[in-house]
Amino acid sequence: MQSANVNRLTPYLFLAPAVLVMAVALLYPIGYMIYASFLDWNPSQRIGEADFVGLRNYINLLSDAAFRESFFVTVKFAAVVVTLEMVLGVGLAMLLDRNIRGMSMLRTLFILPMMIAPIVVGLMWRYMYHPSVGIFNRTLESLGLDPIPWLSDGDWAFASVVIADVWQWTPFIFILSLAALQSLPQSAMEASRIDGATGWQQIIYIKLPLMMPVLIVTLLLRLIDAFKVLEVILVLTNGGPGLSTEILSLRISRTASEFRELGEAAAMSNYLLILLVILTFAMFAYYKAIEQRAARLRKAAEESL
Amino acid sequence: MAVGPIAMMLMTSLKLNVDIMSDSSSLLFMPTLRNYETALCDFLWYEAPHIDYCDKTFGRALVNSLIIALVSTVLTLVIGCMAAYALVRFRFMGRDTVSLSTLAMRMVPPAVLLVPVFGIWTFQFQIDGTRAGIILVYVAMNLPFVIWILQSFIVQVPIQLEEAARMDGAGPFQVFFLVVLPLIKPGLAAAAIFTFRVAWNEFLLANALSDRNSRTVPVTIVNSITEFDIDWGVIMATGMLLAIPPIIFTFVASRQIITGMTAGAVKG
Repeated sequence: MQSANVNRLTPYLFLAPAVLVMAVALLYPIGYMIYASFLDWNPSQRIGEADFVGLRNYINLLSDAAFRESFFVTVKFAAVVVTLEMVLGVGLAMLLDRNIRGMSMLRTLFILPMMIAPIVVGLMWRYMYHPSVGIFNRTLESLGLDPIPWLSDGDWAFASVVIADVWQWTPFIFILSLAALQSLPQSAMEASRIDGATGWQQIIYIKLPLMMPVLIVTLLLRLIDAFKVLEVILVLTNGGPGLSTEILSLRISRTASEFRELGEAAAMSNYLLILLVILTFAMFAYYKAIEQRAARLRKAAEESL
Repeated sequence: MAVGPIAMMLMTSLKLNVDIMSDSSSLLFMPTLRNYETALCDFLWYEAPHIDYCDKTFGRALVNSLIIALVSTVLTLVIGCMAAYALVRFRFMGRDTVSLSTLAMRMVPPAVLLVPVFGIWTFQFQIDGTRAGIILVYVAMNLPFVIWILQSFIVQVPIQLEEAARMDGAGPFQVFFLVVLPLIKPGLAAAAIFTFRVAWNEFLLANALSDRNSRTVPVTIVNSITEFDIDWGVIMATGMLLAIPPIIFTFVASRQIITGMTAGAVKG
């Protein structure tokens, strides 16, 4: 009787620590943030002393040109970076999907940029972009060309940040799509080869459609992460020059620590969160739709047999 | 391509500032460990001739980083493992629920946690500025992902093995620790590396929650970057020291890392 009780309780005992930690340190803070976004609150006050201001933070933000600029920069950054990385990563995977000697070594080297700290990534790119001692300007100089203001001109700074991120995260897409490519059914490849499909036709009509589910998930994961990039940009440009590279994460942290407007920072966090939720749900719905279509096609094919 | 910038950093960290600034070729120089000696001066067992004043900030930060990363990795693994096992074996929630909530948690950028965590830690729990406070956030941040990864490994453990153990009189805890855990070692390795990486590399929350004595390495690095006059040699040496543990993990366990990375996306 007693052992039955223990058995019934076990799952809850096993789950309890995880639930407790996540409730205290993850869910509670998020709820707290939603509440704080309705307050006029600075870091020296306790939250109880802050004034309730309703939707004022949200409305102020909408009319704040700097916030709109940084929202736009964030979306632009995520879109550019993810597009470039998808094209490069999937392209590389297609190129390298054959039995090359040293492939596992190559993959190991490819993961390195993702594993080391974003702070360090920022550091080394900042050194390479350095106007006088950095390798890029040195090379340009030795070729007799004009140096480029990598981090001190708005457009170049944005490009520099994008390059650093592409360097760091293309391998992620590469590794996931390589895994997807290698798990494709060999029979489909062979059949198409027998039917006389060229390499390009194989890629466009067979490989890409079959890889689609994985590619969508990869895209989604990368997109979410692109909105979280902060450290690399912080070290490289700290958002400048002007607001040209000030993504939302950076603006939130500056609003909280420099301008000491915790309520506004919380409202900004909420906007970012809402954007991410919408994106994720859109992608998820699309993914389900594709899955259902595939299932329908499969069923139709089976019935026609 | 992937290693170029890393090699560049390694080279710079071995150069004297004179060599970094000089116009001559960047490949020919006399390697020196001076920058590392400057960074690690309080661990040196000998007197380095070029150091007049030892700045202990980095040494202290390194100790903090190690403690925080290791403790939070161990805690996350233990707690996550138990939760994953409960979810798989006793199935009160479907796998879909867990995947979905993992995805939802993954969406939350650390910057979003910044304000509330700072407020709660300072005013309610009063654990700001302590290592325990930082560890608590890291454990919570990593748990969803760890549970998700471990689930996909636990599902593959045949239930018959557990039943056999139970027949032989093992209790639920014995089954878990003596039968299941040894079988999912590769999953544990992958999860451990990912957790360690996050805890070791994270900057934003550590910056908000730490004080002088609990600062981690990323925080000290950012603090020492000023607009002008960066001591590139020393800062590259500290960056290299921060990068070394993840690089070692990558070479030792690249297969587990790739499994961990692909498990989520490819298996769904």
